[in-house]
Amino acid sequence: MIKLLSKTFRVGVVTEPVKAFGDAEMETLGAELKAVIDRRFNGSLAIRQVDAGSCNGCELEIHALNNPFYDIERFGVHFVASPRHADILLVTGPVSRHMQSALLTAYHATPDPKWVVAVGSCAADGGEFGISYASCGAVSNVLPVDLVIPGCPPTPLNLAKALLKLAGR
Amino acid sequence: MNVLLKAHQDSIMTRGSVPRFTWLPALQEELARLGVKLGEAQGESLLPARLFELNSRDWGRAAQEAKHQGLRWAGLWVEKPGAAFIVTACFEKQGDHALFRTRVADLDPELPSHTPYFSAASRLERHAADLFGIVFTDHPDRRRWIRHQAWGEGQFPLRRDFPRAGTPVPLTPPDNGYHFIVAQGEGVYEIPVGPIHAGIIEPGHFHFLAVGETVLNLEERLGYVHKGIEKLGEDRDPAGLARLAGRVSGDSSVAHAWAACMAMERAARIEPPPRALILRAIFAERERIANHLGDIGAICNDVGFAFANYQFGRLRELWQRDNLAWFGHRLLMDLVVPGGVARDISNGFGFAMIKQISALRRELDELRPLLAENTSLQDRLVAAGVLRKETASALGCLGYVARASGMDFDLRRDAPYAPYDGLPVEAVCRGEGDVAARLEVRYDESYVSLGLLEQLLEALQDGEILAPWKTPPAGAEGLGLVEGWRGETLCFVRFGEEGRIARYFPRDPSVFNWSALEKLIHGNIVPDFPVCNKSVNGSYSGQDL
Ligand code: SF4
Repeated sequence: MIKLLSKTFRVGVVTEPVKAFGDAEMETLGAELKAVIDRRFNGSLAIRQVDAGSCNGCELEIHALNNPFYDIERFGVHFVASPRHADILLVTGPVSRHMQSALLTAYHATPDPKWVVAVGSCAADGGEFGISYASCGAVSNVLPVDLVIPGCPPTPLNLAKALLKLAGR
Repeated sequence: MNVLLKAHQDSIMTRGSVPRFTWLPALQEELARLGVKLGEAQGESLLPARLFELNSRDWGRAAQEAKHQGLRWAGLWVEKPGAAFIVTACFEKQGDHALFRTRVADLDPELPSHTPYFSAASRLERHAADLFGIVFTDHPDRRRWIRHQAWGEGQFPLRRDFPRAGTPVPLTPPDNGYHFIVAQGEGVYEIPVGPIHAGIIEPGHFHFLAVGETVLNLEERLGYVHKGIEKLGEDRDPAGLARLAGRVSGDSSVAHAWAACMAMERAARIEPPPRALILRAIFAERERIANHLGDIGAICNDVGFAFANYQFGRLRELWQRDNLAWFGHRLLMDLVVPGGVARDISNGFGFAMIKQISALRRELDELRPLLAENTSLQDRLVAAGVLRKETASALGCLGYVARASGMDFDLRRDAPYAPYDGLPVEAVCRGEGDVAARLEVRYDESYVSLGLLEQLLEALQDGEILAPWKTPPAGAEGLGLVEGWRGETLCFVRFGEEGRIARYFPRDPSVFNWSALEKLIHGNIVPDFPVCNKSVNGSYSGQDL
């Protein structure tokens, strides 16, 4: 236990102050986001992530939002297990036809008002996979989309920025 | 002396002098005794694998004998260039790959199944049945696998006459009518989970039968992220195929892109420059380390040891940031291209990488006892999700899942391809087969990869990074085999007219390792499923294609 505490102590806090993202815009956004989330979402913005057919690259980067460098929760953003608890559906991948119904079920299970965010090139426009016998292509072909975050995959930094912007709308 | 050169000389003394295919004459002899002719096909395009043609009625018997002689079943793919189907199955023993190939007529295509002898064959045969309409006559499980409701029974998307767009209805209904295994009796209950899981994770369905907290049976129903990758590969140019291959499974982007490029280069008889091959290996080892780091943290997190999740998450993030700084992509996508690599590394970065390697090694040294000495962590990992060697071998398991259960196989050592043919690669192997062993194997493999990275950097000589592309003739085929972080990653490519791809088949190691999860969970408690699952970490996308 001593060793454990000592490692924790020596590594210290690596969570970066908002300015470490590299631009002043981010710092302002972070503060704004916190204010918006406090005001409109009672301090917490809940996200349900749905992989509707991704290659799993987007998932890796969404995951990274929770690592100690980004620690998105400090802005009041957190990932929930049930769409019923969610304000935002974060959808990745081209929507595979085999996932189309499940995605719609998750969408209908999410209480209004809600936002749908399409993450990654595939979710944006079908990406490398497009529309086919197996794929519906872009998320907007299946659901109304409020925000698109392009990138293959988008970096955690871009994901964070886009979420801040959305909540600040 | 240059480490790589020295190692290469050593390898000529040892591994290089190991005669290949020593097991083949015995197999051929036994098959001949049974009246089965295993005719070696002409041509070298599928080297280093050897290709044998046989009559379709001998297909089952050949597999039965292959089983007797201890071959491993490593994959199956179908082509339909004209009137007949061409079916090819891949076997391996002692690092040598043999391909069995047969032709099946267009009308009522039937073929004996390999599944009665190799359970590993089950899902890929069902995959081929769904996508090509071949009936594997004595397959013990005739249920559909990759087909849900997006296309009809009697429609076969990978046949040439099936349009890429298909004929989908606006809303594909959820899958139904799939008969899961049932169990009767007092106290047995079912837990259906997914396709959408609780977490940031890929979709699939798990059907548990449980008594109290104990798992009686687990049945997987996958195919939810089927994107038609094989069909999408058709008619692409080589660069387009490499891009697609890099997205078969995003966490294995380098492995799949390398396997696809290797297959295309062999078909086109192109040799990438030495510098490009070393850079590919650097990318592959970096991909291995990134995934191992992330998963070690995630496995610990699944049993509530958040400390490790933060520490290893931190290390992974630092690693990925360097990927971005040095190679322009955090997941190293699109770096492996036909003929070589898309980006070079400057000497300054090489120096920085050496420093980063030592730093990571120090961190791993420091963190290891913190995991090992934490009894509440070990209590959850040791003896959880045990996969016995016989089961792993019967299912054709690969990578760390196989090696943690005592199957001592690593392509980089046993069927080395450049640049590994000049590097001594230590395969990490253990015998316990539990979650703890899979974690330990990955911990040790990270060290091995760090050592390899140092040697690769030292061996990096100035030179070209891209060989000019030469369009291969229509019909040219090639096989790629790469040890990705999940294990042996196979890729078959055949070219059509004008250098376009006629057939692309990637086989992710997950195809086999997924079946292992169904077995190793027996007798464990339901709450241990997440950690057991994470310790295997199959790719849904890589299996569903
Ligand atoms: S956008 Fe890129 S990383 Fe994301 S799912 Fe599509 S191919 Fe994968």
